[in-house]
Amino acid sequence: MKLGYFPGCSLHSTAKEFDLSLKAVAGPLDVELEEIHDWSCCGSSSAHATDHLLSIALAARNLSLAEQQGLSQVMAPCAACFSRLATARHEMAHDEEQAELVRPMLARPFKNAVEVQNVVALLQGLAGRIKAKATPLTGLKVACYYGCLLVRPPEVAQFDDPEDPTSMEQVVAATGATAVRWSRRLDCCGAGFSLSRVGSVVRLGRAILEDAKASGAQAVVVACPMCHSNLDLRQSAMEARRASLGLPILFLTQLVGLALKLDPASLGLERHFVSAVGVMRALAAPAPQQLPATRG
Amino acid sequence: MSLAIGPGQRLEDSVSDGSSHPDSSLAGDLRRATGLNVAACYQCGKCSAGCPMAAEMPLKPHQMLRLAQLDLRDELLSDPSPWLCLTCETCTARCPNEVDPARLIDGLREIVFKSGSAVAPLRLRAFHKAFLRQIRRHGRVFEVGLIVDYKRRTGALFDDVLSAPAVFRRGKLALSPSNIEGRDEVRRIFEACGQAAARKEVHS
Ligand code: SF4
Ligand code: SF4
Repeated sequence: MKLGYFPGCSLHSTAKEFDLSLKAVAGPLDVELEEIHDWSCCGSSSAHATDHLLSIALAARNLSLAEQQGLSQVMAPCAACFSRLATARHEMAHDEEQAELVRPMLARPFKNAVEVQNVVALLQGLAGRIKAKATPLTGLKVACYYGCLLVRPPEVAQFDDPEDPTSMEQVVAATGATAVRWSRRLDCCGAGFSLSRVGSVVRLGRAILEDAKASGAQAVVVACPMCHSNLDLRQSAMEARRASLGLPILFLTQLVGLALKLDPASLGLERHFVSAVGVMRALAAPAPQQLPATRG
Repeated sequence: MSLAIGPGQRLEDSVSDGSSHPDSSLAGDLRRATGLNVAACYQCGKCSAGCPMAAEMPLKPHQMLRLAQLDLRDELLSDPSPWLCLTCETCTARCPNEVDPARLIDGLREIVFKSGSAVAPLRLRAFHKAFLRQIRRHGRVFEVGLIVDYKRRTGALFDDVLSAPAVFRRGKLALSPSNIEGRDEVRRIFEACGQAAARKEVHS
């Protein structure tokens, strides 16, 4: 299966391990990823919070590049990129007035013929293949965290049930791990304020992780680089003067990679701030060499 | 501030009726910015009930929409609340009348941002500006450049962990920007959007 690949800025920097682990599992699962040549930033929240037209045009440029490359589907692993690309596709199809403004801004013909997919939908579709190839991660309990943009707004995301999704749990089931039941899996972690309002981020993230912990999870599984960096990097701040959380935050692709018995280093597992050593121990797998978390 | 309708003031007086004559009310501006009708909100409050930031907002989401309906422009646009919205879309997914509060709040920010008014909280505005500048320059976001620019705009010593050596050691921040080939194309998109916004101003 050949799929257009839109990595987005985060997967080239703070979430490098999402990119690494996605590419590591693609081979064994027979997925060929073809990167969109010369892709540009989707515009993220800064574009749509300040100029809606810009947010659509920036995202549409990438869809037009994919089209030019002959791709019929583009997968954007970052939930925010996915949301921006899916919104552009949706609005270019449903808002003709705006589409007329955007089309001349693109340097090439644009038919809006490329479908946009997220990584959870991709892996859900491959659950059978994952299960067939997996060495089950028996005994590992994880909390599936969806956050906002994978499922909302529903008419844009067009993916799973916006209030009671199950797709991540289906992928987890295919790996042989157990998905715990918990209530905060759709709450917002505040990632949009990661630089500008850290206090809110810590408050929201703490509520999410405390709930995951109380539900018996040994790790939290995510599919969004911003959720990841928030919940991983800021976890020590969430723990300040409170009970320790100690919850490793894994990308869904990393969990699948573990089930496929891929080398933890190829999945970037040592890059996290909250060590995944406990998870590896629960699986009786060799632990990765953890990088020091201290601020040197 | 009371959000009730004052004596002698009928709801219809303050709420735009959706007809096409040019409408200088805030509801009219919002319609032009978002295509949405703020009058459709019947104040059930469900949006605020599920909002993760409601606890920190002086005006809850349904109250913001109420002020817009009543055309209390200055009260609403000078309030920090629209800037505290994370665009998590929970309200939009749950609104029983498909009002799309998240998009309307985006519209409020857009109106403030374009007016160049200083009410937008400095740190949030600085972040958006610094972020867009990265895209305009490189086509992609170069985090180190973003952090430096953000610091410069806010004067704030940059909070913390993101610039720590432990982040670099994990290879999480690139040391140089990756410039795309289509930088001119991206710059033209910015320019065209700026011009479209200016035209909209003139026509409204
Ligand atoms: S949920 Fe919808 S109808 Fe209810 S108050 Fe909020 S915007 Fe208005
Ligand atoms: S989109 Fe904004 S207003 Fe709506 S629930 Fe989320 S934070 Fe609250």
